[in-house]
Amino acid sequence: MTETTSWMPADAFAPRTAESPYGWGLPLNISTHGAGIDQLINILHWFCLALFVGWGLYFLYCLVRFRARPGHQPNPMLNHFKLPTFLEVGVAIFEVAILVFLAAPVWGSYKNDFPDEKDALVVRITAEQFAWNVHYPGRDGKFGKTDINLIDGTNTIGLDRNDADAKDDIFTINNLHIPVNKKVIAYIHSKDVIHSFFLPVMRVKQDAVPGMTNKVWFEANQTGSFEIACAQLCGNSHFRMRGQFLVDTPEAYQAFLVEEEKALSEASQ
Amino acid sequence: MSSHDSHAQGHHEMGFIRKWVFSTDHKVIGIQYAVTAMLFLLFGFFLILMLRWQLAHPNTAIPIIGGFLPESWANGGVMTPDFYNVIGAMHGTIMVFLGVVPLSVGGFGNYLLPIQVGAQDMAFPKLNMASYWVFFIGGVIMFASFFLPGGPAANGWTSYPPLSVVAQNGQTMWLLGMVFLITSSLLGSVNFIVTGVQLRTKGMSFFRMPLFVWAQLVTSFLLLLAFPPLEAAGVLQLMDRVFGSSFFLPSGLIVSGEKLTVSGGGNPILWQHLFWFLAHPEVYVLILPAFGIVAEVIATNTRKPIYGYQTLIYSMVFLGFMSFFVWAHHMFMTGMGTNLSNFFQATTMIISVPSVIILTTLLLTLWGASIRYTVPMLFALAFLPMFAIGGLTGLPLGLAAADIHLHDTYYVIGHFHYVVAPGTLFGLFAGVYHWFPKVTGRKTNVALGKLHFWISFLAINGVFFPMFFQGMAGVSRRLYDPMVYAHVAHSQGLTVLSSYCSFILGAAQFLFLANIIYSAFKGKKVESDNPWESTTLEWATATPPPHENFPTPLEVFRGPYEYGLTPKGYSPQHLQEA
Ligand code: HEM
Ligand SMILES: [Cu+2]
Ligand SMILES: [Cu+2]
Repeated sequence: MTETTSWMPADAFAPRTAESPYGWGLPLNISTHGAGIDQLINILHWFCLALFVGWGLYFLYCLVRFRARPGHQPNPMLNHFKLPTFLEVGVAIFEVAILVFLAAPVWGSYKNDFPDEKDALVVRITAEQFAWNVHYPGRDGKFGKTDINLIDGTNTIGLDRNDADAKDDIFTINNLHIPVNKKVIAYIHSKDVIHSFFLPVMRVKQDAVPGMTNKVWFEANQTGSFEIACAQLCGNSHFRMRGQFLVDTPEAYQAFLVEEEKALSEASQ
Repeated sequence: MSSHDSHAQGHHEMGFIRKWVFSTDHKVIGIQYAVTAMLFLLFGFFLILMLRWQLAHPNTAIPIIGGFLPESWANGGVMTPDFYNVIGAMHGTIMVFLGVVPLSVGGFGNYLLPIQVGAQDMAFPKLNMASYWVFFIGGVIMFASFFLPGGPAANGWTSYPPLSVVAQNGQTMWLLGMVFLITSSLLGSVNFIVTGVQLRTKGMSFFRMPLFVWAQLVTSFLLLLAFPPLEAAGVLQLMDRVFGSSFFLPSGLIVSGEKLTVSGGGNPILWQHLFWFLAHPEVYVLILPAFGIVAEVIATNTRKPIYGYQTLIYSMVFLGFMSFFVWAHHMFMTGMGTNLSNFFQATTMIISVPSVIILTTLLLTLWGASIRYTVPMLFALAFLPMFAIGGLTGLPLGLAAADIHLHDTYYVIGHFHYVVAPGTLFGLFAGVYHWFPKVTGRKTNVALGKLHFWISFLAINGVFFPMFFQGMAGVSRRLYDPMVYAHVAHSQGLTVLSSYCSFILGAAQFLFLANIIYSAFKGKKVESDNPWESTTLEWATATPPPHENFPTPLEVFRGPYEYGLTPKGYSPQHLQEA
């Protein structure tokens, strides 16, 4: 955790890096789809700023020029201004353009351009009060059966180890490892209440809704250690439903798998 | 003789109760609403100040107050996570349903709408009284829930199930309270609509009605049409909690390691649709009356007609209509695909157009004006840029792709507070200062008023502007301890800034309270029934207005904003000779 001693950290507005990913304003983006989102957010804010400054200058000018003072008369004639109508139409055109050419395509790709499951790492993320269970299918690429009746203190996802596909399944708590430069598909569920799976550096957010499975995909293009946050109020410990999000080099990711497999075989002996 | 005396005595007491407690006079009911609502606003604000302390100084005892709170709320004076969530939920609920709406609709609407259309009272005075008392019961239930063993509701003002269904008993009280508050709003809105349509005095055509009346009418339609689904949803959630139904609970829930024994088969997203079907129109309920107030104050203090009066009306009506088709922009992250989201993104872009028009017409009204910087005018003017910030920051939230990052962060808190706090609240302050002389017959202190304005204006921006940077940084809302996440702790400086500005904002409100309480009893008496030289009908009657408003019904001869057309400078609506 970064210690902030001064009121304003030195990197509040500095370019973000994997070592210093956070600040005031957008954090580092390490996802392939995130650039579009950031571009959209930036364009919208420049647009808002331009409108606000334009309105603001006009406003301040009026406040001074048309203040009541001896000898000054109001002009009640309802002259019709053309400029505002153009402005109005301009704003509308801008909004349509940004929706059609930027916002909708970025969202469409986020929602629809799923990679083939064969080419991707597929994980299941099950939220509960107040932890993230991450379930990897293991080497066989197949998820073992789960059954809610098997859920207990250690088997928090109710994995049925007797199922052949489950033998090599790995699951971790509050710890999501992914390899860099590989597409990931995450199936997101919840066991109890609504949570929201949020990866600030990936521009990924997806509610985890009980009774429903939501699916997201993402791809990281930089390694590092970041955070999983819960973005939806889920009870009194919502504030500490924090997970680690680790983007590994391919070697480090293999090492993580080997480590987990070793732990698994030791546990089953 | 003595028996006759005591009889007269009893009669007198009846008189007091009839006049001030169970009154059917819309003006008294308006004052009752306004006073109750202001007390709730103070309470809701006080709650959030405690929360801001916890955020600025996590895990340190709340000064002074901490010691008075029960153990389960503040452990050794340090706020508990449970109490933090109580505050979050109850602040939101109180501010929206017990503060702003009752003040702007119940208070200002009740007092002014009948007078401004030249009516002698509401169409259904007894219904009006019932509406206040049903509201009052709702308020008592909400307030009483603080004394339950488990405390009040703690699931956000949105009360999303399953969390709200598996929660403590406070949630049941919340739902009961909401049923009363909704019922009260429904009774009120029927009354407003009938009064505005049927009781207009001679000559008061629709396009001669003040913008405030238009704003209240549109608001009433929103309340009337949007609240019933929430009332139904509230009853369904009550069933889920009390009678074991599962409207909002899917099968197979495991809470704290235990399988939940409910029938299941329900859907938590259904609640969100029903809730936001109300709650989106509700945000227009929060803002429209403030538009109306600001328009009145601006017209009076620019000494010229409102620019584009009819355009403004059409925009408000269109805004009201469209507000029924945008609700799911609060739900982009629930798993919505592209078809539904494209529809709601498009409607959201469309609804921004009338908002921009309203703002533009009010800004254009300033052109060629002769601006009197009275205290209400300061608040009304400040409303414009503040509402602009609130509105503009809605744009990124309305586009699903940008919302991926911004949803449920402090960006959202900043956005809607710019609309409802320096927006609506400033509009309401403008209204209080503007109509105070009419209601009480006395003036408020100008120097205190200006001090109140300037401190509030600077402080409130200090409270909410930093939230945009924090939201962009990914800081989630409803976080009890800001030091847990690195990306949150990084902007702790902004959190502290925001908190201290909120304390200053709180202190500044004592200036307001002192001003209105002192002025109500000891303020300088107004010399004229129309101290601001306004044109609308409330200024055409005695001060304070008599029970029946106008001893003889008035006739209206012109539109509401004829300023600057004659040497006198203003042409009251009821005078035939301008
Ligand atoms: C002017 C002073 C105000 C301040 C300083 C303030 C501050 C805040 C803060 C800091 C939060 C986030 C709390 C959290 O972490 O959960 C919040 C939430 C909220 N506020 Fe305010 N607020 C003010 C006025 C208002 C007004 C006037 C309204 C409504 C009309 C309002 C409605 C809400 C709502 C609906 C929420 C969301 C509650 C939830 O999370 O469920 N606030 N406010
Ligand atoms: Cu959670
Ligand atoms: Cu959470």
